[in-house]
Amino acid sequence: MKTVALKVLGAIAVLWAAATFTFFVQAALPGDRATLILNQDSGQIIKRSDAELAPVNEKFGFDDPIYAQYVNYVAGLAQGDLGTSYRLKAPVTEIIGEQIWPTIFLTIAALIAAWVMALALTLLTAKRGRIPSALGSGYETFTAALPHYWLGVILLVVFAIELQLFPVEGGSSLIGLVLPALTLGIPLAGFLGQVTRDEFEKVLDQPFVTSARARGMGDFGVRWRHALRHAVLPAITLSGWAIGALFSGAVIAEIIFARQGIGNILVTAANMRDIPLVSGIVMLVALIYVVANLLVDLAYRVVDPRIEVSS
Amino acid sequence: MSGALLALPRVQVRFRPGLTLSIALVAFFVIAAIAPSLLTTQDPLKINLGDALQAPSAAHIFGTDQSGRDLYARVVYGARESLFIGLAATALSMSIAFVLGVSAALGNKLTDGAINRFIELLFAFPVLLLSLLFVTVFGAGLTTLIVAVGVGTAPGYARMIRGQVLAVKGSGYVEAAGALGHSYPKVIRRHILPNAMRPLVVLVTLGVGQSIVWASGLAFLGLGVAPPSPEWGALLDAGRTYITQAWWLEVMPGLAIVSFALALTAIGRYVQQRLEGGLQR
Amino acid sequence: MTDLLRVENLRVGFGDTEVVKGISFSLEAGRCLAIVGESGSGKSVTARTLVGLTGGRSQVTADALEFDGRDLRGLRDRQWRDIRGRDIGFILQDALVSLDQLRPIGKEIDEALRLHRYGSREERRKRVLHLLDEVGIPEPLLRVRQLPHELSGGQRQRALIASAIALDPKLIIADEPTTALDVTVQARILHLLERIRDDGSALILISHDLAVVARMADEVAVMRYGEIVERGDAREVLSNPQHAYTRALLDAIPSTHSKGTRLSPGTPHVAPVVERAPRAADTPVLDARGLVKRYAGPDGQTRTVVDDVSFELRAGETLGVVGESGSGKTTTARIALALTEPDGGEVLLNGEPWTAVPEKARRVRRREISVIYQDPLSSFDPRWSVDQILADALPPGVRDPRKRVGELLALVGLEGEHRARRPLQLSGGQRQRVAIARALAPDPSVIVCDEPVSALDVSIQAQVLDLLTDLQEQLGLSYLFISHDLGVIHHMSDRVLVLNEGKVVETGTADEVFFAPREPYTRALVAALPRLEPRQVVRHEEAVPAAT
Repeated sequence: MKTVALKVLGAIAVLWAAATFTFFVQAALPGDRATLILNQDSGQIIKRSDAELAPVNEKFGFDDPIYAQYVNYVAGLAQGDLGTSYRLKAPVTEIIGEQIWPTIFLTIAALIAAWVMALALTLLTAKRGRIPSALGSGYETFTAALPHYWLGVILLVVFAIELQLFPVEGGSSLIGLVLPALTLGIPLAGFLGQVTRDEFEKVLDQPFVTSARARGMGDFGVRWRHALRHAVLPAITLSGWAIGALFSGAVIAEIIFARQGIGNILVTAANMRDIPLVSGIVMLVALIYVVANLLVDLAYRVVDPRIEVSS
Repeated sequence: MSGALLALPRVQVRFRPGLTLSIALVAFFVIAAIAPSLLTTQDPLKINLGDALQAPSAAHIFGTDQSGRDLYARVVYGARESLFIGLAATALSMSIAFVLGVSAALGNKLTDGAINRFIELLFAFPVLLLSLLFVTVFGAGLTTLIVAVGVGTAPGYARMIRGQVLAVKGSGYVEAAGALGHSYPKVIRRHILPNAMRPLVVLVTLGVGQSIVWASGLAFLGLGVAPPSPEWGALLDAGRTYITQAWWLEVMPGLAIVSFALALTAIGRYVQQRLEGGLQR
Repeated sequence: MTDLLRVENLRVGFGDTEVVKGISFSLEAGRCLAIVGESGSGKSVTARTLVGLTGGRSQVTADALEFDGRDLRGLRDRQWRDIRGRDIGFILQDALVSLDQLRPIGKEIDEALRLHRYGSREERRKRVLHLLDEVGIPEPLLRVRQLPHELSGGQRQRALIASAIALDPKLIIADEPTTALDVTVQARILHLLERIRDDGSALILISHDLAVVARMADEVAVMRYGEIVERGDAREVLSNPQHAYTRALLDAIPSTHSKGTRLSPGTPHVAPVVERAPRAADTPVLDARGLVKRYAGPDGQTRTVVDDVSFELRAGETLGVVGESGSGKTTTARIALALTEPDGGEVLLNGEPWTAVPEKARRVRRREISVIYQDPLSSFDPRWSVDQILADALPPGVRDPRKRVGELLALVGLEGEHRARRPLQLSGGQRQRVAIARALAPDPSVIVCDEPVSALDVSIQAQVLDLLTDLQEQLGLSYLFISHDLGVIHHMSDRVLVLNEGKVVETGTADEVFFAPREPYTRALVAALPRLEPRQVVRHEEAVPAAT
């Protein structure tokens, strides 16, 4: 219990640091923020008079001393207030609140798909003779190096445009989830598969595997009941890290497949230099990352009961 | 036991088709970056509207774009900027990772804890999102791109370097050197750094490929370097509009990125094997 | 009585190399056959052949391979699986890695029952508890749910044995069942195996340790390079060995009887170069006074691992420090080397304060004391050649380092050709010789030997121990010699310090401590030591090609 409490505290500390980091990146903006907002609204790039700037500065609090802005920002975050979008003039929380769920849904689907593919590949090819092993590990190396945008485009061209098996524009439908989830899942599966395979092969050489065989256990039993559990441990740890990569990929996949989610908002916002919206999304993803890693930590403890005692 | 160790299979000098192909590919791209005119006679910027959106053929092996420019030439000429971005971002992220990883591993408990927290913090910002934040605040451009990718990929390397240094620091030979009366700075210089840094060669190889992948991902979203430049990511971005009519505009530049990244991975793996097995020969 | 197991002309090969070259033996029910050999002898492969676990790449042939009237040749995996666990039980060494770390031990034992469809879930549960009780694990109801790492080494080994005897197999094969265990624990495990044999099972015991075998075996087969060089009644073989290799093996075992003799007759003495006169013998070279070291355990409680330990090491003598795991002997060694700061007490080196002065002041004096580790490989920088390793250890101001390195190599019996090699390219014995050369390089007065031969085969161990003895004579060195092996300690030491749970239990001359122990703990320790009776035959002096 104590360690869990410490982990939660650590997570909060990371979030707070993330907020600080985000804030100072914003504050480092070259030039005047009020001018940026006005120019964005009008689409012109001109110098603004003080009379024009004053109400904007007033509204966003740009005149306050930097520490007051910082305190405001962090206090707002703590209450779930991510600021106000420069462009849409609406609370960031509202804008992304509706769009974050499809993205989370896609991420989870991709994570599950990746695990299923990685485990199947390991169970079927690891230590099963030279050729299956080499094929399996070659496939993993190849897929792990595939960039999301390229894989996504190829899947789109082949399965949606040419074969017309899936809709070209995913929207928010379930069938439209398949290709984006594969886009994210296939490279991750390759990555997790490499790690799991390495560990799996090591475990199969361990004496306890010989012990199990000496009790009369068959090959499948040894793989499924003993080796797999050991082999997934490093992959579980890496899954926590992978959440971040999945969000990066989700942005790209959503753009390629025209899916609902934060991807489109984020890219538009970045193009429009809508700082609160972008940093709001970044903060939200940081939060999700931290929470996901707490869950991963818990999952690790379930699979590896040794942790309770030793730490 | 000793006999078994000695009997380990030696790394034989044999023909490795994958490795040879990888080296050839990397060499190709390096030549493209230095002297692109050696690899193509076409002008990557020459517009020929009559030839717009031609599928790959003998005349244009990668096809042509919406302005009739030869895509192969554009990929070849784009190598310089892409490679530069990859190298610069990797150099940045390795420098950050080196400083963080080494000071965490060699520092006291407090330093280690603080740096570890900081690495965790960086992990909470996925590469692409961090890059988007940078682009939003500082505007799109080459420097932003390099800094964003460099910072974004640093924490992973930092953690690996820290682990490596810690492993060497706790090794028997470091203790043995201390027992011989060598001073700690000398031990760091002669044992810890050389042994811990050997795997870095591999990391750098993999890192360059990864940096190019991330940077072109950003460019794919239209947030990379300005359009006329034939940088690989920019090519991807430009092709996106024509995806339903001209698949090659996306597939071919992507192929360049993927094959380059894969070739580097293969070479990195080979170097790693040699480093691990090499000491036995 | 008919044989339970009959093996004739068994050959096992992997690819082009044959590791078992036509061996034959047989075994009756209720008897124990010990297969003894050093690493690479093929003993473990032989054991695995009997349960069909040599792996897919192996070729096994035999004129006969019969178990309980059944031909084992050419069995398919399905058929083997019926035999394994039910008819033949298999026990591996080091239960920590031989049991699945992530599963409770009860599950592991239950697995053996379940795989052979033994009874209902409830019956199996009862059987598991009964088995735990039978192998002597206290509180079975609690232990059954515990993970391997929560048990002591002895309990783990017992749990592993329980899983192997779960279905009362007719034959039990134990591959080095006590190798990683403390001597008192080892004695109890051997007792357990003896009881199982007395209950009617046949037992094949694979071991590198002739002393362990002497106690248990009815028959002994000595293996070398894949062949059985000698086989017969255990008492006969051990007291009157016919084959030179068996004799060499027996001679190589350091024990209470071997003191003052060479363990590796036939190997050359170190070239008798007198390096320097023995040092003045008045002040002890190492003087430890009331050493205390505490560590905070994982549960936050402080454990005192070294508790008021004092000793003196005089010039030219060997002080043996013996104790079981957790006795604090390695920590004591590290304090003596000033690699660990004591929480109390201090060590004087050659009469001057040593642990009490700052590291800066110690550094120049570090060459007065050096160390030989158990695992030499990890103590060498893998990038460095032997040449570099030794040159690095020379004191500053050596005029001709190259020449000096050559002298050091000659001193430990290595050739010039070893200079350019890296540690990974050397055999275990050679590595330990390089480690010794490195320890000699700074010209120390004391060498701390921390389990220097524990990882070596007995014949290599014999050579290394002889080398250390020779070097001591020539160079007037003092050794602080740490070992868990009482035989080695007795053989090497002038005086002995017995440690238990961080405290000095007993100290005295080696013969006092081993022949007339005063303290109950020492008595128990000495009594638990598996030993060979003194042989009738005088120690042989023939040259036997030593296995390197």
